Amino acid sequence: MHETTGAKTFRIVSITLLSIFTIVPIWVMVISGLKPLKDVQGAFSWWPKTLTIQPYIDMWRTVPLASYFVNSVIVSSVATVLSLIIAIFASYAISRYNFRGRSVFSTTVLSTQMLPGVLFLLPLFLIFVNINTNFGVQLVGTRLGLIITYLTFSLPFSIWMLAGYFDGIPRELDEAAKVDGCGPMRALLTVILPAARPGLVAVAIYSFMTSWGEVLFASVMTTDANRTLAVGLQLYSTQTNVYWNQIMAASVVVSVPIVIGFLLLQKNFVAGLTAGAVK
Amino acid sequence: MPAVTATTTTRKSGAAGKAPRRGNRKTRRAGWWLPYALLAPAVLFELVIHVIPMATGIWISFLKLTKMYIANWGNAPFSGLKNYQLALDFNSAVGSGLLKSFLITAAFTVLVVAISWGLGMAAAVALQKSFFGRGFFRTLFLIPYALPMYAGVIAWKFMLQKDNGALNHFLFDNLGLPGDKPFWLIGDNAFVSVVIVAIWRLWPFAFLMLMAGLQSIPNDVYEASAVDGAKPLRQWSAITLPMLRPVNMVLLLVMFLWTFNDFNTPFVLFGGSQPPAGDLISFHIYNASFLTWNFGSGAAMSVLLLLFLLLVSGIYLLFMNRRKDRA
Repeated sequence: MHETTGAKTFRIVSITLLSIFTIVPIWVMVISGLKPLKDVQGAFSWWPKTLTIQPYIDMWRTVPLASYFVNSVIVSSVATVLSLIIAIFASYAISRYNFRGRSVFSTTVLSTQMLPGVLFLLPLFLIFVNINTNFGVQLVGTRLGLIITYLTFSLPFSIWMLAGYFDGIPRELDEAAKVDGCGPMRALLTVILPAARPGLVAVAIYSFMTSWGEVLFASVMTTDANRTLAVGLQLYSTQTNVYWNQIMAASVVVSVPIVIGFLLLQKNFVAGLTAGAVK
Repeated sequence: MPAVTATTTTRKSGAAGKAPRRGNRKTRRAGWWLPYALLAPAVLFELVIHVIPMATGIWISFLKLTKMYIANWGNAPFSGLKNYQLALDFNSAVGSGLLKSFLITAAFTVLVVAISWGLGMAAAVALQKSFFGRGFFRTLFLIPYALPMYAGVIAWKFMLQKDNGALNHFLFDNLGLPGDKPFWLIGDNAFVSVVIVAIWRLWPFAFLMLMAGLQSIPNDVYEASAVDGAKPLRQWSAITLPMLRPVNMVLLLVMFLWTFNDFNTPFVLFGGSQPPAGDLISFHIYNASFLTWNFGSGAAMSVLLLLFLLLVSGIYLLFMNRRKDRA
C-alpha cells in the first residue's frame, strides 16, 4: 500500500523525537559511569574527556553493592517463584471451575491490585513490629519480611494475569486429557502448564521486574542486613561527595541483566501481557 | 456452563457404578472441594498480605497512634473520627497539606497519563507498518520500561542537577539561553521534572499495549478504506481508535491507578526532602506516617485515598460497561 507524504513525515518525526527522548538518559548513564569523579562534578559534557573504568571498580567498595545484589536476587526470585506457584493453582480454579465464592475471590484479588502500596506499608510494618514484640520473631530487616511484603503486589497480578491466560487456552485440551485418563491435577501439570508457557514467562518477568525495582517497602523494611539495590544505590551520596560516576556505573550494572533478560523474552511478555490483560 | 463440565468426570466417579446420568451429578458433588483446595494457599496468603493488613489499617485510622505507642500499638488510645476530621479539615495544617498534595497528584496524573498515552499511540501507529529497522525501534522504546525504575529515575536525577546536569548544560551551554541556570529539583520546576520523568517511564507501557492492540486489526480494513479514499488521519479516528477501545479501557484505568499511586518516582527523584511542588500523595502519606511517626493520621489518609480510588474506578467501569452495552 502506498504511504502518503503526511504519514511518512509523521512516522519519521515521531520516531526521531521518541528515540532522542528514550536514549538521552541512557546515554548520560553510560558515559557518566566512565568518567573520573572531577568530570562529573564540573559542567556536564556529552562525551567523556577522560575515559576510565575506575568507577566500575570503586563502586563495590564505596557501598557493599555485592551484598545488596545478592539480597535483591534472593528476595526477587523467591517472591516471584512463590507468587507464581500459588497463582497457578488459584488461577486454574478460577478459570476452570464454577464454585461458590469464585467471583468474591477474584474481585477481591483484582481490587487489591489497584491499591497503593503505601496502604499496606503502614499496617504491615506495625504488624511486623507487633510480631516482634509479642513473639520475638524479627521480620523488619529480614529477607523473609521483605518477601512477604513483595507478595502484596506480585501475587494479585499473577493470579489476575494467569486466570486471563488460562481462559484463552481451549477447554478441548482439558477434555482430551480427561479422555486419556488424567485427573484434574495431572491435566493442569501436563497439559495446561505447557500450553501456558508464554503466560507463565510473562508473569514471572513482570513479578521479578517489579520486585527488583521496588523502592517503597525496601526503604522501610530494610536495614543493613537485607538492603536491596533499590535502597543501596542511594547510599553513594555522602556528606562530602556525591559519587555520580559510581552511581551511574552501578545503575548500569544493576540494569544490564534485567534489560537483557527482558529484551530476550519480550515477545513472550507482550503476548502474555496482552492475552491476560485484554480479553 | 462449560466451567462445570470440566469438573464432572473423574476416574473414581466412573467406578462408582451408578447409572451414567445420575453418576454425573454424584461426581460433581464428589469433587466440590477441589477448587477450594486449589484456592487455599492463595486465600491464606491473601489473608496475610491484604485482608488482615487492610483491616488493621482501618482500625489504626481510629487510633491516636503516635511515636509513644509504636512498639505496643495495641494500647494506643481510641480517638474516634479525629484523624479523619483533621485530614478533611482544610483549615488545619494536616488537612490543607493533604488537599494540596491531592490536587498536585490529580494534575500530575492527568498530564502523565494523557501525554504517555499520546506518545505511546504515536509510536504504535508509526511502527504499525513494517519497514527496515522497525524491530530495532520497537526494542529501543521498551528499554525505559525494562530498566529497574530507580536506575532510570536516578539517571534523570543526575541530568536535572543544577550545575553538573545535562539539561542545563544543553539549554545554557549548547543552546546558549541567557540568564542563570535554574534548579530543576527544588521550587516550582520540581513539578515539571517529576512529570517528565514519570512520562519517560510510563509511555513505553502504553506503546506496548497499543502496539499489541494494533496487531489485532486486520490490514484489509485499512486497504478497503483507502480504496474509498480515506486519509490516514481519518483512518485513525474511524478504524484504529474504535477498534482499540477494549485495550484503551484497561490501559487508561491501569495507567491512572499506577500514576496516582506513584511513590517511586518522587521518592528517588527528590530523595528524602521533597519540594512542595512535587509532593505526590503516596509520598505525602509516607512522610506523614514515617517522618512524624503519626501512624493513625497516615492510616486515615490511606483509607481516604482508598475510598477515592474505589469511587473513581467504580464510576469508570460502570460508565464503560454501560457504553459497551449500548454499542
